[in-house]
Amino acid sequence: MSDKERSDNERSDTAPTEKAPAEQAAETAPPAGGTPAGKAGITAAKAALKDVPPEPGASKPDPILTASGVRRAFGGLVAVDVDHLEVQRGTITALIGPNGAGKTTFFNLLTGFDRPSQGTWEFDGHRANRMRSYQVARAGMVRTFQLTKALTRMSVMDNMLIGAHSQIGERMWAGLFPRLWKRQEAANRERALSLLERFKLIDKRDDYAGELSGGQRKLLEMARALMLEPKMIMLDEPMAGVNPALKQSLLEHIKDLREDGMTVLFVEHDMDMVHEIADWVAVMAAGQLITEGTPDQISADQRVIDAYLGAHHDAAQH
Amino acid sequence: MDWQFVFSQALTQAIGPTMLVYALGAIGLNLQFGYTGLLNFGQAAFAAMGAYGLAMAVVAFDLPFWWGIAIGLAAAVVMALLLGIPTLRLRADYLAIVTIAAAEIVRRLARATVWSDTTGGSDGMRGFSEPFFEMNPWPPDATWEFLFVSMDSGRLVIDFGIFSLQYSNRDLWVMTVGWALVLFFLGIMALLVHSPWGRVLKGIREDEEAVRSLGKNVFAYKMQALVFGGIIGAVAGFIFALSRANVQPDTFTTDFTFYFYVVLILGGAARIFGPVLGAALFWFLYNLLSQGLIQAVRAEVIPQGMLSTTQIGPLVFFLLGLGMVLLLIYRPQGLIGNRKELMLDVR
Amino acid sequence: MLLSAALAGLLLCLGVSSNATAQEALGVHGTLDDQQDQPVAGVSITVTDANGTEIATVVTAEDGTWAVPLETEGDYVVILDESTLPEGLVVRNCKPRLEVPISSDRTALFPLDTQTDGCTPGESPTGDDSPTSDAGGDPGDESSETDDSDAADDAAADEVSEVEGEGGATRAISLLVSGLHFGLMIALAAVGLSMVFGTTGLTNFAHGDLVTFGGIMALLFNITFGVPVWLAAIAAVILGGAFGWAQDWGLWARLRRKGIGLVSMMIISIGVAMLIRFATLFFVGGERERYDQYVGQKPWDFGWLVITPKEVVTGGIALAVCILVGCALLFTRLGKATRAVADNPSLAASTGIDVNQVIRLVWTIGGALAAMSGVFLSISDGVKFDMGQHLLLLVFAAVVLGGLGTAFGAFVGSMIIGVFVQMSTLVIAPELKYVGALVVLIIIMLSRPQGILGRRERIG
Repeated sequence: MSDKERSDNERSDTAPTEKAPAEQAAETAPPAGGTPAGKAGITAAKAALKDVPPEPGASKPDPILTASGVRRAFGGLVAVDVDHLEVQRGTITALIGPNGAGKTTFFNLLTGFDRPSQGTWEFDGHRANRMRSYQVARAGMVRTFQLTKALTRMSVMDNMLIGAHSQIGERMWAGLFPRLWKRQEAANRERALSLLERFKLIDKRDDYAGELSGGQRKLLEMARALMLEPKMIMLDEPMAGVNPALKQSLLEHIKDLREDGMTVLFVEHDMDMVHEIADWVAVMAAGQLITEGTPDQISADQRVIDAYLGAHHDAAQH
Repeated sequence: MDWQFVFSQALTQAIGPTMLVYALGAIGLNLQFGYTGLLNFGQAAFAAMGAYGLAMAVVAFDLPFWWGIAIGLAAAVVMALLLGIPTLRLRADYLAIVTIAAAEIVRRLARATVWSDTTGGSDGMRGFSEPFFEMNPWPPDATWEFLFVSMDSGRLVIDFGIFSLQYSNRDLWVMTVGWALVLFFLGIMALLVHSPWGRVLKGIREDEEAVRSLGKNVFAYKMQALVFGGIIGAVAGFIFALSRANVQPDTFTTDFTFYFYVVLILGGAARIFGPVLGAALFWFLYNLLSQGLIQAVRAEVIPQGMLSTTQIGPLVFFLLGLGMVLLLIYRPQGLIGNRKELMLDVR
Repeated sequence: MLLSAALAGLLLCLGVSSNATAQEALGVHGTLDDQQDQPVAGVSITVTDANGTEIATVVTAEDGTWAVPLETEGDYVVILDESTLPEGLVVRNCKPRLEVPISSDRTALFPLDTQTDGCTPGESPTGDDSPTSDAGGDPGDESSETDDSDAADDAAADEVSEVEGEGGATRAISLLVSGLHFGLMIALAAVGLSMVFGTTGLTNFAHGDLVTFGGIMALLFNITFGVPVWLAAIAAVILGGAFGWAQDWGLWARLRRKGIGLVSMMIISIGVAMLIRFATLFFVGGERERYDQYVGQKPWDFGWLVITPKEVVTGGIALAVCILVGCALLFTRLGKATRAVADNPSLAASTGIDVNQVIRLVWTIGGALAAMSGVFLSISDGVKFDMGQHLLLLVFAAVVLGGLGTAFGAFVGSMIIGVFVQMSTLVIAPELKYVGALVVLIIIMLSRPQGILGRRERIG
């Protein structure tokens, strides 16, 4: 299996997209398989962000995502009001902030799961603010959910296969003629198997997804997202509800994503975890982006500490 | 009392024309509800589209029979689109309310006196089925015998000794077409649900947000399921109308839809053969109960004052409704469903 | 095969069957329905020729149908024997005698109702002044006479909607008032449905049958036990509350504990609706039954408004009860708890509210209110096993209009739907007024799914 699978992976890695520095760097790293040996990605990411000033809305050398004036109001309540945010290609960027800061709402807006009151954003050179959620995913920005959405009454394998993109057999009429899609299905299956192996779910492939533990569901969700071969992956609280033993391996998987040339944006509460894996941190409070910077810069920033304390103050009022 | 007669009747019906109506309607519902999780509470209206499309085309507009079939199918498609566009983006119970309301609209429009020249009003319509029965290849006067199967001037008798199945010449033709359609749609369903397309539908049933996040146009898939399920519902309507040789607005009530659900859940939702097994069992039980009770009252096995013949109908339906509720609570997977799969439904 | 067709008919029509007579034959036939679209059996109908020579007298069948085959074309007279009508029913337009010119198989229609539309009995035309439209030779042309055969499943005030021969403004006022009354009846049922949805997420398709239950219980006390209607009504409301409580205790609470999904529960609720409906049909039968008081009440005529005292009383009580429930929701501890549970059950539970107890209470109140609605509707129009089923769709429309899950929205939605249903008869055929309301329901879904008062749901 490994030979064929490897060639498959290589093919997918060298998909015909314009090559960002980080992506090129990723290609020199060993292909998927979960070996933490490759460090090219992190080096490239650090280098790219070296000269970016730690201030809200700072511009980046090669942003994959650029959002401007994004605003979402529920009735009178403004949940999100972000002036400008750029996400550097090939980095792991964390979005942090106190409860109710509007992180998840911002996520929903970016991925098309909610409609903004106003605002525009570009993903990978395309206007994305009018796209529907499935179009966003097809464009290469795939998300996961805070509460995992495993398709419980389907097998782990089917969960993986449903993730594969541009399947011929997903057209209704084509579904009637297995000959049209059998070969593609087999290739997808190979790819799913290799991903399951990488995420250590291979033994569970014939179980129902509903039988997995919380942490395994997180892993499955991430692996499923990779079936789309995304350029950018958005993780909504990937550590929520995961037991400590699994946390470390989940962290490693996220780091691997960067080594594979993907951009990661994730929402998180836990500062320790952010410190460990993020190249860049954006901080939200009360719907606004209050600052950005490297993890070290952020933990030293008085505004962030105020925001967290202030949020507690705010929360008490509600 | 004549148990043999009751039993023979029930068995005859268990694979007869009316059972095919339930099987077809439930196959359509299986795609919508069983695989995609769409709560279509208006399957009766889809059947009405088929039945009335055919009847109105042939009787009121003097069009050929096949035009009637085409119009019936088109009407079902249009209705699915009309219902689906506003509701398929909303929560599941909105579709339920809208379809149940739409079914009632259709029924009331069909029985309205305002245009009863065209629709027949509450009396319904007849006189559209002759072109269909003219195509009947079963010779109406054949008489032969082969082992336990015999044909007595067009009437087929299958005699198993203890009980026998009997079908008239017209029944035979309806059943030939009906069973062919059932097998045809089962085949298509088997291909579809085992294809990547079917996998997406099942994904939508589980969690449509997740499927959307994987780049699938959930709305389009739901619409396809609603339309195709509705088309099968319309075909059920054809068989229903043809087997009775008339259409009547008040047969297409919400109860009709509910029996499709009973059939589907009895057989096992999200199982290819569930609807057919369910329909056979449902219609067998219904006939066994009602025929048995009628015979019992006639033979005074049940004392006179206890149960009048007009009460038998409600009693049987009460029992079937009770059975349905108990089934949903204690054996939600139906005859051939997978218990383990259902236990995961706890959300 | 005939047998199977007959069985299918038995199964599906439940009392309605096709015209048995051949269509090409010469003759006159019809179906006798009451104002609730229920077949009326056992009524004598006599057909004579133009000279008054009797040709045949027939009695309407179980399904209300009757037919008299004729041999020659010509003018005939069809007479309905009013003395054979069930108690409480009259021919609404006071024309039990119709002149029909026969040249094919024709329909003759007699609109039946609990009271006349203001015409004077006995004034019925004897021939010369009555054009054929009375006879219903062409059913398509005379919706005004046949309308209520179906449309009047509602209760409220069809009697008012039929006031004729007065100015448009008067008619509009009468319709508005009857619409408000009908709206209050819907509201009684809708508030309960909406609160159950709000607290449990269940769309209860059996709620309409709680309405029927109330009407039936009052019937039991009134007719079987001989209790006056007002007392029977109180008993029915109490029993309705008890029934709601028992349903939650015996069924829904257990299902919730078992963790059965909402979709399954929704289908179970349809099964429960069937159980109640067919049990009613089994014990009470398919006929419309009436209480022994207030059936043919003489209306008050204010010139600009004609209204029956019973409408004023039931409407007043319903309004008072709605206000009471509203106040209770706003100001009492339990009311606040209810709204808290509707808002966010787990949060409510964590603040020490016993969620299951609140839900039990909601079921009890919902059952009592629905029963009250059933009793009041039955006072106007009699009890029938499927009255709640027909009301349910309007209740849904009201609840969706107001925004699913909000009690106040349900009230406003109900009033709008009630008035809309009645007022729409100004422009559309009365038999289509329900259709109008349901179309509105679908349009609202399309344009503003959260309802006119509901909040847009927040994702994530």
